[in-house]
Amino acid sequence: MHLATYLGLLHTSLRSLAAAFREVAKGHGDEPDVQHTCTVLASRIDAQTEKLGPIVGRYGEDREDEPERLHTAEFTETRSGGVGLLRDLQDLYALASFTDITWTVVGQAAQGLRDKELMDVVSSCEQDTARQLAWLQTRIKQSAPQALIAARG
Amino acid sequence: MFRAESFGYRHPVDRIADVWGPRTPHGRGADWPARVDQQLADGVSESDVDRWVPSACVLCSNGCGCDIAVKDGKIVGVRGRAEDLVNRGRLGPKGLFGSWQAHGKERLTRPLVRRGGELVETGWDTAMDLVVRQSRRLLEEIGPLSHGFYTSGQLFLEEYYTLGVIGKAGIGTPHMDGNTRLCTATAAAALKETFGADGQPACHTDIDLCDALFLYGHNMAATQTVMWARVLDRIEGPDRPRVVVVDPRTTPAAEAADVHLAPLPGTNQALMNGLLRAVIANGWVDHDYVSHHTLGFDELKATVEPYTPQHVAEICRVSPAGLLRAAEIFGTSQRVLSTVLQGFYQSHQATAASCQVNNLHLLRGLIGKPGSGVLQMNGQPTAQNTREAGADGDLPGFRNWDNPDHVEELARLWNVDPLTIPHWAPPTHAMQIWRYAEQGSIMFLWISATNPAVSLPELARIRRILRQDDLFVVAQDAFRTETTELADVVLPAAMWGEKTGTFTNLSRVVHLSEQAVAPPGEARSDLDIFLDYARRMDFRDRDGDPLIKWTDAEGAFKAWQECSRGRPCDYTDLSYDKLRGSGIPWGGERLYTDSVFPTHADYCEDYGHDLLTGASTTPTDYKARRPDGRAFLKAAEYTPPPEVPSDDYPFIGTTGRSVYHFHTRTKTKRAPELQKAAPQPWVEISASDAADLGVAEGDLVRVESSRGGVEVPVRIGRCRDGVVFLPFHYGFQAANELTHTEWDPVSKQPLYKLSAVRIRKV
Ligand code: SF4
Repeated sequence: MHLATYLGLLHTSLRSLAAAFREVAKGHGDEPDVQHTCTVLASRIDAQTEKLGPIVGRYGEDREDEPERLHTAEFTETRSGGVGLLRDLQDLYALASFTDITWTVVGQAAQGLRDKELMDVVSSCEQDTARQLAWLQTRIKQSAPQALIAARG
Repeated sequence: MFRAESFGYRHPVDRIADVWGPRTPHGRGADWPARVDQQLADGVSESDVDRWVPSACVLCSNGCGCDIAVKDGKIVGVRGRAEDLVNRGRLGPKGLFGSWQAHGKERLTRPLVRRGGELVETGWDTAMDLVVRQSRRLLEEIGPLSHGFYTSGQLFLEEYYTLGVIGKAGIGTPHMDGNTRLCTATAAAALKETFGADGQPACHTDIDLCDALFLYGHNMAATQTVMWARVLDRIEGPDRPRVVVVDPRTTPAAEAADVHLAPLPGTNQALMNGLLRAVIANGWVDHDYVSHHTLGFDELKATVEPYTPQHVAEICRVSPAGLLRAAEIFGTSQRVLSTVLQGFYQSHQATAASCQVNNLHLLRGLIGKPGSGVLQMNGQPTAQNTREAGADGDLPGFRNWDNPDHVEELARLWNVDPLTIPHWAPPTHAMQIWRYAEQGSIMFLWISATNPAVSLPELARIRRILRQDDLFVVAQDAFRTETTELADVVLPAAMWGEKTGTFTNLSRVVHLSEQAVAPPGEARSDLDIFLDYARRMDFRDRDGDPLIKWTDAEGAFKAWQECSRGRPCDYTDLSYDKLRGSGIPWGGERLYTDSVFPTHADYCEDYGHDLLTGASTTPTDYKARRPDGRAFLKAAEYTPPPEVPSDDYPFIGTTGRSVYHFHTRTKTKRAPELQKAAPQPWVEISASDAADLGVAEGDLVRVESSRGGVEVPVRIGRCRDGVVFLPFHYGFQAANELTHTEWDPVSKQPLYKLSAVRIRKV
């Protein structure tokens, strides 16, 4: 069974995502809403990781370093300015989408296994990931015109 | 019709000491007795008055009907209108003293332009030429996104609508907002999230009819004194309503309460979840109503489940018994009226907590019924119109920026290309407008009738932005203010009483305020200034005709009526003629009497947000829920505030209002009685905190946050321990030196109530 591989993938991607949200929060302190929301979302991702704990306990996990690569490639440091913010949010969007689809895959396995506990974890975490994506999309849409058309430097 | 018989001026009362005036108790369901309050200038008697010009007071959101006394072409006083449904003749200290005395004092009478660093007087042509040249240049070089407009909650509907059309269809910028962002953005947001559109469901008569009154973060006794007089008259009459007050300070309202809950600032959401849980757990829910008229009960129930009285008591530091008692009053009273204000609106999770007040009412079906409903209060007198007319971050007529049909309607009405009207994202909120200005991408900022250099958070930053070389600032005001001093062009504006227009109060009552006297010198009404700008910019519609087709206030009102047609705030039944009698509410006395809410996807003002992050709900997701007239029970868990006390900054600093002043005091400081009553700022500290700090009443202390500090005398007050209060009105030692740039994710209202501060004796 390859579920353990996917649980590992999920685990790593959650940790990378939380770290990335925290880095963006730290790097964009001049955008207070970004800073605060990213911090709140990061702690909710930590909570997802916790929920995954007992599942990993039952199925085990094989650690994958792919999301780690995604993360390090894109988050060596946050950028600055209007366009910089846009790019950083876009990177978060990419990472969050990766997590999202990984939850979907695990959710499918949960159905196949008729694992009610895992199904519940997946459904609450999927909602949470949808919230991250919705917020990122809202904030990106808001920033894009100003950053691309009117921003200087 | 009604004349003053036994109260007010016939029996002179010191209305500075006796803020609410003599009592006129009334029982449930009885008409509130009239009591006419009047104030005339020294040496002027009633028989000296040439004319009484009908209006309503613009010094808070209550909008008390009044007549302006005119003698020899000057305003010499004011009198309450006995027949007005809002105040039945009463006026509070601000209305009596503050509404008319500033007119002749230190007014701006000519435009000013900055030359060699100094503001110098000039003529209108020179000033407007400069404005138009800058505007044209930036539109050409960068485009509409270079322009921002920051307006007020104190202009008239006609002025907001005109400004809205100029910004949205003339320039085409999404960067328009009002200082209403600081005072009532959460009211609008909470109403939209729950009911689908803005609009206050309840009315003032509900005070006369209710069995229980809940005030959430609302010191009504100080902020709307005449409204509070009405409550006091119920409290002192037969079958008094039970009163519950949620406020960290022991305010006069809290003292009158049967239950006073004083949660730690920053914990409102936990408290509200606790109240909801108790109401659900005790079976006080009208399940029939909930299943027919709402969506989201199961999620709400699950979300509030962990908020047991003990858990809430730990987070909020309130007694579990007090919480349960409040829930019981809510759950068992036949008719309940709730009001909500800044204690909720200017905290984090502002929209979330305010939505929970709506939820309580929906759970019991207590909305749209006599004596029952919600007033998500406005702060400023004309804030409702800023929101309705689209001078803020909304489209006019409560239209939905995310609904292409609504944008198309506006484009047809204005005869412009729909693409001109920015609707790719929500209109830019004030805090973001200032951020863009700070970053240099907004280079033209037009400020009207507001004083951000005192009222915005983190003033050092605001001053820095206003001083930026590359930001061209136009400030339009009746007086020189902390803001005009930093502007490039200052335009002298007429005040209330010097111009005609309408405005809408906190219970949707529309008043016509007619011009009583001429403005001083070359000052012009804000409407005339906006019209002049439009003319000089030569904004055109698709047929090449002028975009703005009206030339006076009544013309603007008629254009607005067309714009509002068929929308929730439909003004087509009103007219200047009808309004000449007295105030009339739009939408009828109460909204939602049929329990049908404006949530239909084609009709709603907004598709809503995630309360935790502010993420927009997509049209597809919204439609999938098929709200179709049902209200949303939106839920949110409690999250801790972004700034909490630390070893370095051990107190929570909150800001608020004094009963004697309005906003940044431009008017009230020019009324000698009010100025004398509260001449300078102070900090209110609890007795035990004062003892720990070794300070006594009157001692000068320095209050500091990580952003800045003020030196003010101490008042030993009735804050809860660990919480200190500063009035925000003062431009010197300004409370907003301390506050931080941070806002609610949904309403974008700044968090004035939550700054970590420290205090030391000077
Ligand atoms: S309650 Fe408000 S509107 Fe009425 S007189 Fe006082 S300040 Fe004016």
